Amino acid sequence: GDGGGVAEPGGPLAPQRVLFPPTFSVSEIKNKQRRHFMFLRWKQQQRKEKLAAKKKRRKEREALGDKAPPKAIPKTIENQRVYDETTVDPNDEEVAFDEATDEFAPYFNRQTVPKILITTSDRPRGRTVRFCEQLATVIPNSHVYYRRGLALKRIIPQCIARDFTDLIVINEDRKIPNGLVLSHLPDGPTAHFRMSSVCLRKEIKRKGKEPTEHVPEVILNNFTTRLGHSIGRMFASLFPHDPQFIGRQVATFHNQRDYIFFRFHRYIFKSEKKVGIQELGPRFTLKLRSLQKGTFDSKFGEYEWIHKRREMDTSRRKFHL
Amino acid sequence: TKTQNFCRNEYNLTGLCNRSSCPLANSQYATIREEKGRCYLYMKTIERAAFPRRLWERVLLHKNYEKALEQIDENLIYWPRFIRHKCKQRFTKITQYLIRIRKLTLKRQRKLVPLRRKIERRERRREEKALIAAQLDNAIEKELLERLKQDTYGDIYNFPIHAFDKALQQQGAESESESDAEREEEEDEDVDTREFVEAEDSELSDFEDMDKLETSSEEEQEEEEEVEKKASHSKSKGKMPLKGPARRKRPYIEIEYEEETEPTTKTKAA
Repeated sequence: GDGGGVAEPGGPLAPQRVLFPPTFSVSEIKNKQRRHFMFLRWKQQQRKEKLAAKKKRRKEREALGDKAPPKAIPKTIENQRVYDETTVDPNDEEVAFDEATDEFAPYFNRQTVPKILITTSDRPRGRTVRFCEQLATVIPNSHVYYRRGLALKRIIPQCIARDFTDLIVINEDRKIPNGLVLSHLPDGPTAHFRMSSVCLRKEIKRKGKEPTEHVPEVILNNFTTRLGHSIGRMFASLFPHDPQFIGRQVATFHNQRDYIFFRFHRYIFKSEKKVGIQELGPRFTLKLRSLQKGTFDSKFGEYEWIHKRREMDTSRRKFHL
Repeated sequence: TKTQNFCRNEYNLTGLCNRSSCPLANSQYATIREEKGRCYLYMKTIERAAFPRRLWERVLLHKNYEKALEQIDENLIYWPRFIRHKCKQRFTKITQYLIRIRKLTLKRQRKLVPLRRKIERRERRREEKALIAAQLDNAIEKELLERLKQDTYGDIYNFPIHAFDKALQQQGAESESESDAEREEEEDEDVDTREFVEAEDSELSDFEDMDKLETSSEEEQEEEEEVEKKASHSKSKGKMPLKGPARRKRPYIEIEYEEETEPTTKTKAA
């Protein structure tokens, strides 16, 4: 076979078995064309070896039959996730105690009924307006008010006076909604999200009717850490506690790799092992940017968690929610 | 409309490049400039043309609008009309925009946060991948089925799977044990009966058998159908429940054989 830096540029591709001496490295050839050619040859050889190894392994496995070792589990990012020390253990007493005494306790004890105010930043454009309306149909007991230049700091005491429990502000940029501020009103935490891939109802490929007035169920998936838990409770407190199963509607907040996907479906049970779902309602994804302790206050607020890019985005397998 | 050039000189009065408004072309010139919110009147005269350092004379104008206008008039008293007029115009515009700045700083300011393109691209890509990894539809369906199993929906849906399955499994177990026991006994009897039947009442018994077999098979079918209907209602997939009641059919058939043995026993007795 070929050794060293001997090149056959432009000629027919390499012979079957090419031997590269062990000290040879493709990157040492100065000539770009030759280097490229040698690299391609090396790559082909690697691929062949890999294929041969696979075949061999498969044959071995078949030969062993039942005694073969079980198939290796492929590594996924979820498998390889860096263990987060704040992961909530379902039996953790401290967490349970915390949750019984935090700001959402009155909701979970059924003392308060959620009442939500949805508003936007100044001068919302068409898409944002329609999105707000659709969001209002999805979340029961919610009202949309337009903000004509009113300061948030002054709205908040008025809202508290009128018994609102949550405030949602949808921030807009260049005619599309791109941010969401969700604050629990009587002095509750404020979460600031970045919103992306917003789909209005007419853009979703389905032929379903509008969401009805029934109270939907809520599904919260994959909120494992402490931070995730508190965000999950925040979302849960938006919806009234007792879902009306007649409505057969379900709102899902699914957390995957720190992205929260929101979907709104109508389900129907075809048998006890099969269920069909039909998507109605808007869909969007959220990414948490910051969580503040008190209500919305950009200058003097006490931040419980901010997304710091330099520190937190260093590893691909580390997630915070 | 005419297109005009802008003048880059910082002492220009109008901002356009004309012969009449160029500070370099005119030896007698005046401008208004503002620094840190305060307005100054700058003047240039021929006498000081030889002293570049002292060329521009600066006068601080009053904060009050009218008084400042009077000051301008007083300083530019014998100056050409054009320069006076343009100075006042410029001063007016400057004060107006200063007022606007002060008003805006009191209101909420919109903070512009620049997006970084690389980061945007990275996040979008990660979001796509997360969406694929999430398999939302499957996750939602699984969750809903789990909730159904755990009875959160109560009695709305008529698939009480667990209860029915358990009941059927129990029945199946019982009937299995019964049928096994019966089958064992009847096999012994079958062995005996066959011998006798073949010897004496073969034809009749065969006919009887045939009739009874037919009726029994009909009954069997009917009952099987009933069972199948029940099963389809419950939509249980397992074959066990079918076998349970179905197994009961065989004892019935074997019982028929028992009846035939009676005359033989009687004959025996006799």
